[in-house]
Amino acid sequence: MAKFSLFSEESNRSPLSRLWRKFKSNHPALVALWVFIALTLLAMTAPFIAPYGINQQHSDALLLPPSWHDLGDVRFILGTDDLGRDVLSRLMNGATFTFGLSIIAALITTLVGVFLGTLAGVSHGFRSSALNHLLDITLSIPSLLLAIIIIAILGPGLLNTVWAIIFALLPQYVHSIRNLVVDELNKDYISAFRLDGASQWQLLTRGVLPNIYEHIVVIFTMALSTAILDIAALGFLKLGAQPPTTEWGAILAENLGLIYLAPWTVGLPGVLLFIAVLSTNLVGDGLRQVLKERKAD
Amino acid sequence: MQPVLKVQALSKSFQSRAGIFKRKHIAVLRDISFAVGPGETLAVIGETGSGKSTLAKLLAGADAADCGQILLDGKTIEDNGVRKNQCRHIRMIFQDPTRSLNPGLTIGDMLDDCLKYNTDLTSSQRDKKIKLTLSRVGLLGEHYQYYPHMFSGGQLQRVALARALILDPKVVVLDEALSSLDPSVRAQTVNLLLKLQKDSGLSFILITHHLSLVKHMSDQLLVLSRGKIVEYGNTAAIFAKPQSKVTQRLLNV
Repeated sequence: MAKFSLFSEESNRSPLSRLWRKFKSNHPALVALWVFIALTLLAMTAPFIAPYGINQQHSDALLLPPSWHDLGDVRFILGTDDLGRDVLSRLMNGATFTFGLSIIAALITTLVGVFLGTLAGVSHGFRSSALNHLLDITLSIPSLLLAIIIIAILGPGLLNTVWAIIFALLPQYVHSIRNLVVDELNKDYISAFRLDGASQWQLLTRGVLPNIYEHIVVIFTMALSTAILDIAALGFLKLGAQPPTTEWGAILAENLGLIYLAPWTVGLPGVLLFIAVLSTNLVGDGLRQVLKERKAD
Repeated sequence: MQPVLKVQALSKSFQSRAGIFKRKHIAVLRDISFAVGPGETLAVIGETGSGKSTLAKLLAGADAADCGQILLDGKTIEDNGVRKNQCRHIRMIFQDPTRSLNPGLTIGDMLDDCLKYNTDLTSSQRDKKIKLTLSRVGLLGEHYQYYPHMFSGGQLQRVALARALILDPKVVVLDEALSSLDPSVRAQTVNLLLKLQKDSGLSFILITHHLSLVKHMSDQLLVLSRGKIVEYGNTAAIFAKPQSKVTQRLLNV
């Protein structure tokens, strides 16, 4: 056969790069992705780049407003709270707790959820229905309520919150993965693959996984936004992170009494929470839409 | 001449729930026997629900029969529902190539997996074999890097054919594999199949409802109705003089 290339490389794109191309054209989702990456980087580096320590008190600067205000001080860009602590440093470190811990919780949930979901997907008969009905029962309880119940058993604390959130997110996760795996396993190409001589393990890793991992990312973002809200909510209810930990929900609760006197101490963590959840949801939503579009053409 | 594929008294039934404790057996295939020689084509026709696709699945090994034997080259490969070796000598081409190819793998990876699971070839040997098979079915070596979504329907059916042929099978089962193609592409594919048959002595089992295709391609004809053979013999003879009512209705005489 003659050595010539009939087709340009441009059309020769993998499913993943097609996904990225479509995703790039969705601008809100793209901006959200940048915000998401920025927050992730902040969560990793906050203790090193924050201007002050989280508990460093400045007795000369109590309840200073943000620096653009007439009474503000340029040393404290986002002002200080009633103990003279720098709000900016505390919020930056808060990203590590609220956002970083949520990512870790969602990642652990993903690992366990994919494992259990696949197991549920390939099992048949009694085992499968037992697992499913058990999951259905836990699904009927809202995740925050489930987390509160688990906290009630484990006792309050940041680490217990993470465990509680992992357990609370898991049923939904396992359910979604199971549905994906079952859907995929019923497709024609899996039986064709089985006829090629593929073992059960190869069916899952080569047949099913390459076709569902993008969906797993979507489920991951959904789990992540739930985890952020749950960690903050539990912190706010004083069941999760305890002051002076700089978790955003805990900061909110701590400064709630100052809301008229120093609104920035309450408003700013709220805004950050909003941005974190919004960016996560926008990325997940954009991804889901792109997946649907790719399936359509 | 010894037949390549011989099927003896193959039966298959499915269970369905009729009540809480009652189960109903529905016999899909009853006592099917036939033989196909090397380089021959056997066509299977029948109404919807007559068990054609089940027969294809049983032959390819996607499903196990309840009883009966399948013999390949005189050796039993399936006896009363127990399959002996891997199914590399009888390969199946599915009805819809857009659904039977993994959208997440390139064509090359898919063919490579096929070889990896069934042969002991080294990676360079596998590469060579894949290139050769792709050119045999009228594709280019460059298609190695392509994903299924980049092909048209006719090309996809060629990919499916490549997947069947890469293991050098003796029998290829075509389960309505040509009906989803448009007429000109179908003609091309049929010519390709006939050429491959002439070159390498492949046997085809053609499951279809296209009578012109049956007339053109097949040497023998098997008519199924409700899981039973109602007529079996030379294609030309049956077309000339159908014996049973079912065949007459199917052939519209």
